[in-house]
Formats: sequence, C-alpha cells, structure tokens
Amino acid sequence: MSENMKLTLKVWRQKDAKSQGKLETYQLDKISEHMSFLEMLDVLNEQLINTGEEPVAFDHDCREGICGMCSLYINGEAHGPDRGVTTCQLHMRMFKDGDTIYIEPFRSKAFPVIKDLVVDRGSFDRIQHAGGFVSVNTSGNTIDANTIPIPKEDADNAFDAATCIGCGACVATCKNSSAMLFVSAKVAQFSLLPQGKIEAKDRVLNMVHQMDLEGFGNCTNTGACEVECPKGISLENIAIMNKEYFKASTKA
Amino acid sequence: MSVLDSKTPSGPIKDQWTNHKNNINLVNPANKRLIDIIVVGTGLAGGSAAASLAEMGYKVKAFAFQDSPRRAHSIAAQGGINAAKNYQNDGDSVYRLFYDTVKGGDYRARESNVYRLAEVSASIIDQCVAQGVPFAREYGGLLDNRSFGGVLVSRTFYAKGQTGQQLLLGAYSAMNRQIGKGKIKMYNRHEMLELVVVDGKARGIIARDMVTGKLERHSAHAVVIASGGYGNVFFLSTNAMGSNATAAWRIHKKGAYFANPCYTQIHPTCIPRSGDYQSKLTLMSESLRNDGRIWVPKNMEDVEGIRSGKIKPKDLSVDQRDYYLERRYPAFGNLVPRDVASRAAKERCDAGYGVNKTGEAVFLDFASAIERYGKEKAYVLGMHNPTDAEVKDLGKKVIEDKYGNLFQMYQKITDDNPYETPMMIYPAVHYTMGGIWVDYNLMTTIPGCYAAGEANFSDHGANRLGASALMQGLADGYFVLPYTIGDYLSHEIRTGEISTDLPEFVAAEKEVYDRLNTLINIKGTKSVDHFHKELGKVMWDNVGMSRNAAGLKEAGEKIRKIRDEFWKDVLVPGTMNEFNPELEKAARVADFLELGELFAKDALERNESCGGHFREESVELDGEQKGEAKRDDVNYRYVAAWEWTGDPAQAKLHKEELEFKDIELKQRSYK
Ligand SMILES: Cc1cc2nc3c(=O)[nH]c(=O)nc-3n(C[C@H](O)[C@H](O)[C@H](O)COP(=O)(O)OP(=O)(O)OC[C@H]3O[C@@H](n4cnc5c(N)ncnc54)[C@H](O)[C@@H]3O)c2cc1C
Ligand code: SF4
Ligand code: FES
Repeated sequence: MSENMKLTLKVWRQKDAKSQGKLETYQLDKISEHMSFLEMLDVLNEQLINTGEEPVAFDHDCREGICGMCSLYINGEAHGPDRGVTTCQLHMRMFKDGDTIYIEPFRSKAFPVIKDLVVDRGSFDRIQHAGGFVSVNTSGNTIDANTIPIPKEDADNAFDAATCIGCGACVATCKNSSAMLFVSAKVAQFSLLPQGKIEAKDRVLNMVHQMDLEGFGNCTNTGACEVECPKGISLENIAIMNKEYFKASTKA
Repeated sequence: MSVLDSKTPSGPIKDQWTNHKNNINLVNPANKRLIDIIVVGTGLAGGSAAASLAEMGYKVKAFAFQDSPRRAHSIAAQGGINAAKNYQNDGDSVYRLFYDTVKGGDYRARESNVYRLAEVSASIIDQCVAQGVPFAREYGGLLDNRSFGGVLVSRTFYAKGQTGQQLLLGAYSAMNRQIGKGKIKMYNRHEMLELVVVDGKARGIIARDMVTGKLERHSAHAVVIASGGYGNVFFLSTNAMGSNATAAWRIHKKGAYFANPCYTQIHPTCIPRSGDYQSKLTLMSESLRNDGRIWVPKNMEDVEGIRSGKIKPKDLSVDQRDYYLERRYPAFGNLVPRDVASRAAKERCDAGYGVNKTGEAVFLDFASAIERYGKEKAYVLGMHNPTDAEVKDLGKKVIEDKYGNLFQMYQKITDDNPYETPMMIYPAVHYTMGGIWVDYNLMTTIPGCYAAGEANFSDHGANRLGASALMQGLADGYFVLPYTIGDYLSHEIRTGEISTDLPEFVAAEKEVYDRLNTLINIKGTKSVDHFHKELGKVMWDNVGMSRNAAGLKEAGEKIRKIRDEFWKDVLVPGTMNEFNPELEKAARVADFLELGELFAKDALERNESCGGHFREESVELDGEQKGEAKRDDVNYRYVAAWEWTGDPAQAKLHKEELEFKDIELKQRSYK
C-alpha cells in the first residue's frame, strides 16, 4: 500500500460563468492512499498557491458526506468510482500510482458553472420552495408528538427518503439531466407520513411544475441516478411520486 | 468592574418564563410588516428563527455562506436531541433535564436560561413531528429514545445517525415555506463581514456576495447572529471546513462581550488523525457509547503487539483489557460526560497505552453489544439454540439499524470493518460552549443585536451534554427569540426603513474593503492554511485538553507572533471581485488569530478546573476524587465576559456572578 502515489490530474478550469473553460493538466506526487480525495486537492492547491498560480475552486464543507456541498465528476462518475459515498468521503486508496484522474464539475443546464468545479444548484432550492414542506406554523402549539402513532416501517421508509443530501449527483449522472430522484425523495417522504398527506396533491403538482421550469430533463427510467446516488435513494421513490402525480392530476 | 445585567426575571424559576412572556411588549401584526430583521446563519438556530420570525409577520433577510440553507453545519449532527418528554416513564422531568444540564455544565451556566430550555424542550419534538421530521420509532408506532452521556434517563430522540440532518431539513422546510411566500429573502453564498451600529444600536450588516465579490449593505431593525461555534480556531476539529468565528468576532469588536471563550468541548469519540495532510476530524457519535465499551490493553506487551499488528484486539481476553471508564467511574461507566471521558483517554494514552501507531487512540468495542442484541433477537424469534454465528449476524443487524451510517462512515475513512474489529477513537475539538454573551432575552451587549445557537454562550456552562446543542438551537430559534425580540422591536415601530446611505454604513463598508484589500495585497510567501495550522498547533498543545499557567502565557505570545507574521507574509491569490475561497479563508483566519489570543487569556485567568476547562493547578489531591478536576466556587463562580478594547491582550473582564438558588452546588461525581 502506498504513501507515495504519483498522479496526473486533468482538471476543469473556468474563470467564471461567462468564460470558456478547459481541462488543465497537473502533476502530483507523494499522495498517500489514506488521504481523502479533497485532501488530495488541498495538496494540489497548496502547490498551486506556492507557485503563484490560482488554486482550483471546488465546493465542500462538512467533509463527512452529509452537507451535500461537494460535487465533482471524477473519471466520468459523479462522486467518483466508489459506491455509496460523496466525493469528500472518497479515499485515494481507490486509485493507484500512475493514474490519470479527470475532474469536472457536475454538468447540467440547471446547474450553471460559477467557477472551475463550482456550480450553482439554486434550482434545487427553488423546487423545495414550491412545496417541500408541511404547512404548519412553528408556534409550538401543535399536538403531542405521540398522539399519532406511525407504523415503524412507514417512518423508516420516510426516513430513508429524507436522507437525500441534495447534492445533484443524480442530475449530473442522468443523460437527460432529470431531477426526478431528488424531487421524488421529498415527495415520497411526506407521502408516507400522516402529517404530509394533507397537502400531498398541491405539493407534487407544484414541485414537478417548478422542476420543469428549471430546465431539468425528463425521466426515461435509465436508473443511472440510483447507482450514483451517494445516499442510496431508491427508484421506488420515483414510482411513489409518479403515483402521487397521477392521483393529483386526475383529481384536479 | 461593571456588573452585567442578565435581565433574569424574578420569582420562582418554574414561573419565570411564563411570567416573562406575559409581561413582554408585543408588536402588532400591522407593525411587524414594517420591521426588518437580519438573521445571519441558517443552521438550527438561525433557520428556525428566520422561519418563526417570518411567520409572525416580520420581514426577514437570512444569510449563509453555503449555497443553500440546508447545508449549514447543523446538518452534520449525528446522535440526537434531548427533550423532557418522559415517554419512557423513567423518571424524567423538566426539573431533571434542568438539573442534569446545570450539573453536566459543571455549574457554570445561568440557572434561569437552562430551566427555560428544559421547559420548552418538549415542544420542540411536537413541532418537528408536525413538520414531518422522521424520528426513529418503536414497533408500536411511538417515538423511540436512547441515552446520552452524563444522565441516567433515556430522553434522546433521534433519526438514526442523522438527527441533525433531519432537524435541519425540518427548519429548512419551514424556511422554504416562507421563502416561497416572499416573507424571507434568502442570501446564499453571502458572508457577513461587519456589523453596522448606528447611535449605539445594531442597524445592519456588510456582507460580501461570494460569487461576485461585491460588498453589500443591508439594514434592519434587529440583527440576529446564529453563526455557529468557533472550534476551528484549533484548525482540526469536527466542525465543517467553513465553520468560523467571523460573525461573532465582528460583533465582539463592535461592542458585544465575548463570554468564556476558553470553554471548549473536546469530544472523546472521534476518528484519530492519520497524517499531516489531515483537513478535519470526523466524529463518531456519542450515541455509540450506549453500546460500545471503551478499553485499552492492561499490559504494555499487548499494546506493542497491537501496534505492530502481531496481535489483534479480538485476541485479548476480557481480563487482559482495561475498561478504564468502567473501572474509574462505576456509576456512569462508558456514559460519563464528554470532558471526563476525553481526559481519561488522554491519561491512558499519555501513560503509553494508546493502540495505534501514533499512540493516540483507544478502542471502542461493540462485540459485547452485538452478542447481547443477537441473543435477545434470537429469543424473540423463537430460536432456542442459536449458533454463535447466528447470534452474531442477528446482533450485527440490530447494530446496523441503530448506527449503520456511522459504521459505514468509519469504514470508508479507515478501511477497517467495525462490525468485526473495535473502532479506534481519540478525542477531538468538537463544540464551543463559550460565545457571545447574551442576557435572558438573548440580546448581546449591543442593543438590537441578538445571538442564538452555538454562537452564544448561554446554556451549557463549562461542558455541554450530548444532544443538548440541537435542543438549544431549536429552542432559541423556534420558541425563545420570537418572543423576546418583540420586547425590543416594540420600540422600533416608528423608526421606519433604515437607509443604507447613512455614514455608518459607508464607514463599515470601507472598513471591510480596506481589510480585504490589505489581505490581497500582502502578497507574502505562505498560504492561509499554513498560518491556520500553526495557530491550531499552539491551541492544541497549550490550550487543549490540559492547561497550565506557563503554557497559556506562552500560547498568548506565540499566537501574537503568528498573527504578526500572518499580516506580513500571507499569500492570498486572485482578486477581491471574484469567487475567491482563499480570500474568504484569509479573513476568517485573521479573526481566529485574535480570538485565539483571547481564548488563551481567558483560560489563564480562570485558575480552576471546570467542565471542559482543565487546569493542571486545580485537581483534587486526596480522597475518592483524587486526581479529578477541582472547581473553585469561591473565586470563579462567574461568567467571564470580555470587552474588546482594541487588542485581545488588553480585553477588559466583566463578571456575571452566577447564583444557584434551585440547585445545590456540588463537586461533580460520576463514580
Ligand atoms: C459532527 C458533529 C455532530 C454533532 N452531533 C450533535 C448531536 O448529536 N446532538 C447535539 O445536540 N449536537 C450535536 N452537535 C452540535 C450541534 O450540531 C451544533 O452545535 C449546532 O448544530 C449548531 O447550530 P447553529 O445553528 O448554532 O450553527 P450552525 O449549524 O453551525 O450554522 C451556522 C450558520 O451560520 C452561517 N454563517 C456563519 N458565519 C457566517 C457569516 N459570517 N456570514 C453569513 N453566514 C454565516 C453558516 O452559513 C450557517 O448557516 C454536533 C456537532 C458536530 C460538529
Ligand atoms: S437523490 Fe441522491 S444523488 Fe440525488 S440529490 Fe439526493 S442524495 Fe444526491
Ligand atoms: S463536503 Fe459535505 S457532503 Fe461532501
């Protein structure tokens, strides 16, 4: 096992939203397999700063796979070659000495590039503004939390859907740039809980409407999103959403 | 020395909050529409505050440096949230939660605030369930609980190892509803870099649009700072990379007192560091101590065997292991509070018993729990003579249900399978109990400027109990601030819109411009991270788990030197008018370099051991508690609130004496 890998990086550099971007090549050595992928980029950036070049901009924050801030399309895969992890949880032990690694932003019409590897995922927020909530005031004058028992299975399934981190890997991976997995995760979470059922109809119609406005593509059931999703969000959710959507539009 | 007015209501503690709410001035709905509130931060505290204030009718502007409110650092909280629901019927009550929190905080918190926190805790759970937060449930459909350190009841609500995520997404959804209605204007990728004070009142902020680099002026009738903690002053911590002190430090420099900066929580169960390139440390939730047992080998030969890989931890029998927490603290065992558990791990590792190459790791072992759960499960399934392998498989399944994501996280980072071999863990900086001083209304010493969540100092004293930060953040934002802020704003209904052309705004913007411009133009030779790491090393070595006067004095001097170097030799590439992460970092590290010095000064001034603050000069010399931390209630029973005077070394101390009327002051014992 290696503490001393040599790597060639091909990194997407783009000054800002308006400029043309291109791949630049960088050489790195002394990369330890225990490093995380982003720590490897830290090393690159330290090297660039020290040689008077501009460091590579990339999004990240928690570095433990939960905030959804990191992105990166690595060797043609969203969040890189490992499964069930985000880029920040990817470790260099997945690569070997001498590898060439291509690093690009998450690409989609609805995710414009801000700089280098940083993209604008505001479209995801706007879909949530359209209906990703239960209309209850935060007054505290709600009923006791245990008044409505919820079958453990429903609660667990709702939880599984709710673990989506809003990273956008599903969109970046999909050849149609569809956001169905992301949107369906929220719709399914609420559809499984009594608290969410009341507004189910408006929610699904409004969220899907906003999704279309943002320029995401249609879902053609390729299933690529589920494979790349770091949180294992299941295609089941898309089935649930389709059912909810059908119910809502036929009743309308 | 002045006396700080905590504005604690009079009367019996259990009536204070109710009476206070009844006597508070209200703002009528029509007038609320004329009032602007700025909320800096959209974590649990800021997100819940922004949503609640908008629902009440105020015009809210919310700011976050991430690209979405959903990514605030609260998202990373794992284990759970406390509430005095007593669903388990194990004797829990508002009083007990209050008592545990004050005791856990080593009697350095303000009683009235903590009581209120315990009082509103139950509403938080009701609220979150109503929002569709999918907490863990039992088979009967009711909410499940677990235990956390420092308490003897089960009052922690959770959503697997992603409780913070689910609670934050709840607050985010409440915000989204208001953003959709136009009641909250959200400024993502915006960093507050200065507070604007007009005629002694907080009137707005200067923020930088991090995409374009443009400086913006925003005015409001009140400013709420909910910007999280400052643990990253240590460089390595469990905080997110972007977590920083700038918002808090900027208001400090404009007149808000900074309280107890030295109270830091070093969390006992984190993944040990693996190399110099390490950028952050990862927490393994305290909930794991419900089921994991902590140990190191008893004999030195075994330690060496394990380090060299010649023996496996599994090879050691129970009597070759030292379950040192169970040995030293039989009453609480593995569930002693964090400060106690961290020091005990350090003690073993300093004595040479650390189990990894660096000598800085102990085991957290789930084998007993896997066996116990497996047997229980087999029994329930009617398997009367299960094989060992069957028991293990069933047990693993139970553990996976409870902690699956944590185990996965561990495995991804270390490449070890914690179902098969014990985890290796070591303490790491995790949480800062210190923060901006606030009164009972959560107002800072600047009128109209409030602080909520981890950014304030209020509820945890010198040590925070597990699962209490989430509780405090949501209590502040959903249930406290929305009431208390009205008291101040009721005097603002005639103010009208505040112009951002006022000279104070112009001056504040210029200050920010000059600061950033200076940083860019130093064009020195060393990166921002270089200085941040140097600062972190001084903090960890001299102001970490164990502190003494000589080390603290040295820390102050060293930090000052690093700061001088920084302002002479830092290299910030790029320009001000673009997306520039290095510039963002530089501005934050500049503030950490001042805060760090005040931190060391505060630690030096407090010559007692309390909670997370351990002074080697202050330990029990004999008796059952020999070697344990010794608090000094005669000389240090106060909150140290520091006033900025132009230089951290010259900060002026103000004391808020703490009164304990409802809880008897005792030395903590978890024996
Ligand atoms: C790994 C981990 C696990 C934890 N687990 C638990 C747990 O199980 N239970 C528990 O009770 N507690 C836990 N905690 C502690 C708890 O998560 C935090 O104390 C709490 O979430 C802090 O919330 P907050 O709202 O105060 O701040 P944060 O969530 O940190 O939010 C800060 C906000 O301020 C914004 N901000 C900061 N500075 C600026 C600026 N200058 N300009 C604009 N915006 C700014 C950020 O963008 C962000 O939106 C954990 C902490 C960590 C690190
Ligand atoms: S569904 Fe998966 S891939 Fe898509 S945003 Fe959510 S977590 Fe990311
Ligand atoms: S940085 Fe938070 S998920 Fe990767």
